[in-house]
Amino acid sequence: MNDKTLNFTDFRARIGDLRGKEFWRSLEELSRSDAFDEFFAQEFPQQAVPLEKGANRRDFMKLMGASVAMAGLAACRQPTDAIVPYVNQPESLIPGKPLFFASAMPLAGIAHGVLVESHMNRPTKIEGNPEHPTTMGASDAFMQAAVLGLYDPDRSQVVRKFGDTATWGEFIAALQPVGTAAKANGAGLRVLTQTITSPTLGAQLQALLAQYPGMKWHQWEAVNTDNIREGARIAFGRHVHTHYDFTKANVVVSLGSDFLGDGPGHLRYARDFMSRRKVRHGETTSMNRLYAIEASMSNTGSVADHRLPVKPSAMWGIARAIMEGRGVNPVVAALIKDLQANAGSSIVIAGDEQPAIVHAYAHVINSQLGNLGKTVFVTDPIEVAPVNQLASLQELVSDINAGRVQALIILGGNPVFDAPADFQFAKALDKVPFRAHHSLYYDETSNRCHWHIPDTHWLETWGDARGHDGTVSIIQPLVAPLYNGRSAHEILGALIGGLDQTPYQTVRAYWAAKGATDESWRKWLHDGLIPDSALPPSATSASLTLDVAPANPLPGIELELRHDPTVYDGRFANNGWLQELPKPQTKITWDNVLLVSPKTADKIGYAAEERDALVNEKQTRFCDLEYRGVKMRLPIWVVPGYAEDVATVYFGYGREKSGRIGNGTGFNTYPMRFSNALHGGPGARITMSNDTPRIYAVACTQEHQSIDPKVVGERGLIRAATWEGYQKNPKFAQDPHHGSDVTGHGSHDTNLYPPYDYSQKHAWAMVIDTSVCTGCNGCVIACQSENNIAIVGKDEVVRERELHWLRIDRYFRGDVDNPEVYHEPVPCMQCEAAPCEPVCPVEATSHSEDGLNDMTYNRCVGTRYCSNNCPYKVRRFNFFHYSDYDTPSLKPMRNPDVTVRTRGVMEKCTYCVQRINAGKIEAEKQGRRVRDGEVVTACQQACPTEAITFGDMNDKTSKVAGLKAQPHHYALLEELQTLPRTTYLGAIRNPHPDLATSHTADTGHE
Amino acid sequence: MAQIFHRSANTLSRVTIFGAIFIAGFVLWVIGGIVRSPYFTNQGVHREQPVPFSHQHHVAGLGIDCRYCHTSVETSNFAGIPPTSTCMNCHAQIWTNAEMLEPVRASFRTGKPIVWSRVHRLPDYVHFRHDIHVAKGVGCASCHGRIDRMNLVYQASPLTMEWCLNCHRNPERYIRPREEVFNMNYVPKNQAVLGPELVKRYSVKSKTHCSACHY
Repeated sequence: MNDKTLNFTDFRARIGDLRGKEFWRSLEELSRSDAFDEFFAQEFPQQAVPLEKGANRRDFMKLMGASVAMAGLAACRQPTDAIVPYVNQPESLIPGKPLFFASAMPLAGIAHGVLVESHMNRPTKIEGNPEHPTTMGASDAFMQAAVLGLYDPDRSQVVRKFGDTATWGEFIAALQPVGTAAKANGAGLRVLTQTITSPTLGAQLQALLAQYPGMKWHQWEAVNTDNIREGARIAFGRHVHTHYDFTKANVVVSLGSDFLGDGPGHLRYARDFMSRRKVRHGETTSMNRLYAIEASMSNTGSVADHRLPVKPSAMWGIARAIMEGRGVNPVVAALIKDLQANAGSSIVIAGDEQPAIVHAYAHVINSQLGNLGKTVFVTDPIEVAPVNQLASLQELVSDINAGRVQALIILGGNPVFDAPADFQFAKALDKVPFRAHHSLYYDETSNRCHWHIPDTHWLETWGDARGHDGTVSIIQPLVAPLYNGRSAHEILGALIGGLDQTPYQTVRAYWAAKGATDESWRKWLHDGLIPDSALPPSATSASLTLDVAPANPLPGIELELRHDPTVYDGRFANNGWLQELPKPQTKITWDNVLLVSPKTADKIGYAAEERDALVNEKQTRFCDLEYRGVKMRLPIWVVPGYAEDVATVYFGYGREKSGRIGNGTGFNTYPMRFSNALHGGPGARITMSNDTPRIYAVACTQEHQSIDPKVVGERGLIRAATWEGYQKNPKFAQDPHHGSDVTGHGSHDTNLYPPYDYSQKHAWAMVIDTSVCTGCNGCVIACQSENNIAIVGKDEVVRERELHWLRIDRYFRGDVDNPEVYHEPVPCMQCEAAPCEPVCPVEATSHSEDGLNDMTYNRCVGTRYCSNNCPYKVRRFNFFHYSDYDTPSLKPMRNPDVTVRTRGVMEKCTYCVQRINAGKIEAEKQGRRVRDGEVVTACQQACPTEAITFGDMNDKTSKVAGLKAQPHHYALLEELQTLPRTTYLGAIRNPHPDLATSHTADTGHE
Repeated sequence: MAQIFHRSANTLSRVTIFGAIFIAGFVLWVIGGIVRSPYFTNQGVHREQPVPFSHQHHVAGLGIDCRYCHTSVETSNFAGIPPTSTCMNCHAQIWTNAEMLEPVRASFRTGKPIVWSRVHRLPDYVHFRHDIHVAKGVGCASCHGRIDRMNLVYQASPLTMEWCLNCHRNPERYIRPREEVFNMNYVPKNQAVLGPELVKRYSVKSKTHCSACHY
């Protein structure tokens, strides 16, 4: 009973003896404290807190009285409704049928090709555009969440002058003298933009520069690619852009790069990379191999075959060692061997945060291996005017401080919030006599500007941008601006002067000058891209024009600063979907914390027993962080897999002027971002804080809705093997005691449930390939958008009441300091013998003839017995009225095909039954069966790696039936005989034979 | 101590206990009746409309097909309410000065849509689709009644789930040949024979599981 006092040395020892149960979800589970066991013993841990602030008996009676009265009223008659038809109905529009339009979402300048679902001209859902090279039909969390961003009621809605309501006309009038003055002396005008790849915007800026020769155009974005640019300059002597073809790479070495989870082209890269890791019996002859060297755990690192956690400052030396072929440690030695054996079919890729020289080394290594032109493509820059953004912003600030700036127009961005701390941008900005800010929100920067012009969302306006390989997409609006937004094209147009042009006219005129006919223009809009507009590869060899010997890493704790995985640089802070999205590796929502490894926590003085006791209460201690003279109190959070002596902090949180959702969430860590160390550096001092409050609640979903470890049989819920192990025993994932048939599907023979014959009907089923899941969260938020899933807020997440229908369980294996990581998305299993069904007293959950486990909201009375009886814990309950019924702007956002749930109703994954029904009805009308691939679930559609396959397993030619026949196919908790329709493929990794550890050689149970 | 209750109280209590079942049954019967009554279902209730559009005149009198106005009935879940421009196809030529039609002309002039009052309304948690019902041979009149005899449209059927299931469980009683779907005057000659045959021919698979309509 004294398990609480265990320390991590003991845990490590314990892992050593574990046989067959080497997977663990969290440090708490590993420590197996009393509190953790208690947590699982509770029937509904999330019901521990009954009412918001506790209610006394009198309040309870009042509430009950009111409920009874309301119950009587609620049964009242149907309300009267209006039908408002068109005056002139658009030709292509059929009420009740969605239309899909191609467009592109720009993020950090990169166009992500999308198809937007539009119901009666209301954009409701974003999908990737299958034709677009950057997305290939996949989508990430930011793309999915863009619809909520569009309808956000907190967006800026009017032009403001000194904070008061003004008009566009007044702004234009105010702009005139600025233009005149700028023309006279030409030097006082400055425009600050974000990264711009838009050819039209670029042309407008060039025209403006031509008109005002003294004007300067600056660019700044907090998450920028300066290091990539400078690295390219060292290696190629000029600014270039690189993109990669992972389908041809047998060996990939990531030097701190999260190419699968983040940055330009990550969706495409994830698709390409994982296409080499889908093991199919009899077809797959080899797998690629990924080495990840990084400080903190990224999505890429989490799926790597070998991951080497190092301090950020050590990367330089390691990259150089790889270039020089020195095997400084076993992993590096193995990867050098692998790279040399795969010259011309390998990739070395460096992360955005890495210093320029590391990028240069990566280029040189690729060049030496002959990868350039084969797997690595070097093209001209995709930006209109590539600059070092840090230098550009610095120049602006020094110009302002020298009094050389009379007028500053800021187009997008939020530099007051996200400029490097030492620039003191806010102070400098106050000195500019005329300053205007153009943005989606009346934010920190707008508050310090004379003028604020509301921006248009990309779903509201015309534009263009380039994808990761330079392919141009035209951004076409799905809806007229909801508020009085103006696009950057209009502001630049006003500055240039002349006739007022709409954004459409501006973009159309630019491309007309480039030879767009009406016909080609329509085709570009339809396809979502301009064919053959990708930039051709240019350079084929790289050499070091500059080399500096790396300094030895300094002792002591290094601070690593990264942008937040869900709120990005802070721009998505007011997006509730992204706020509540568990961060891919830490599963923390609504917050940023200081992340350290257990060993580092030990050193700081956060004892294992204390953190263990706190984390079970979803709490942690504050620590004092001192870094370069900046002191900050941050909650400390212990996670496995981070390099020792590294503290990782995300920036983007701590917004004060973002809106109702984002204000006051997390901590602003930008004050620790200095221009000479944008990504952190050595010299951080961390001590445990004893000031009050000492404790901070963290909404971490790590152990939420977890399957009770006592229920899980000895094989566990995730099953993994090496490529070698798989070849020896392809059936490594199957359970020898509960022999699965070829469908992996058990039988009704040993089951008390009455048998049902599905053979004449569809039998919807899903297979999830855990080998290729990167835990990116695209599916989670796609599901949220498709199924009108509400957000609940931080306090409710702490009480385990979040509603995401799909959760991604994350498992560790092995060493606490450098564990292997496995991701397992868990939607509803749609059991054929569903334990939730017999316990429902009102038959609100029942079985469909296709084998779906239906949830009928209008019948549900909220007993929650079903959730109690669900062994997979996939049911979610609306403890309160979480859905926003009142905000007018959120109503058009919802999917009209899915009921918006109210208080007291259970909900869960439906396999997107609205899509199934639509597919079935379309097929019925044509008198045929549903074709394989015709019905696609939202999670499947979003998945960049095609890890999720859905279909009719009665159709023996379907993909899903093929996957169910794979030898490494298995079901969760098969021994319970629930006959789940959602099943999995075991995870297969491909470690280097020289580096195989005891458990990576695991071949499963023979 | 004197007796508090008279002897008759014994009988009274027996009657009350026995009668409670009937009383409870009666209350349930009344509630059941009320929720099926037009008070709740709006069956047969006329709605005031901005223009007193007569289906009787347009359908029976002029012989306009349902689909001339309800264009998406075969392709979408929603049958479609005609845009003002559809009305003006004819009324730009005839009855151009009728006072009754002023809201239509005003709508066409100003671009402001006509706001009709909804007659057939299902709750938000019910997803009904017109297209599949039409494709499988469910006649307009089967649910909407004799629209061609209605001056002002009212809801002819109760639209309760019980009523939906009645057909979903016994489609052979109601299915008609596809070519008769839009025929208001259709009278089956021998439904007992024709019904099961059509169900087979159209492979009608009327669903009764929850997620067929509720999701």
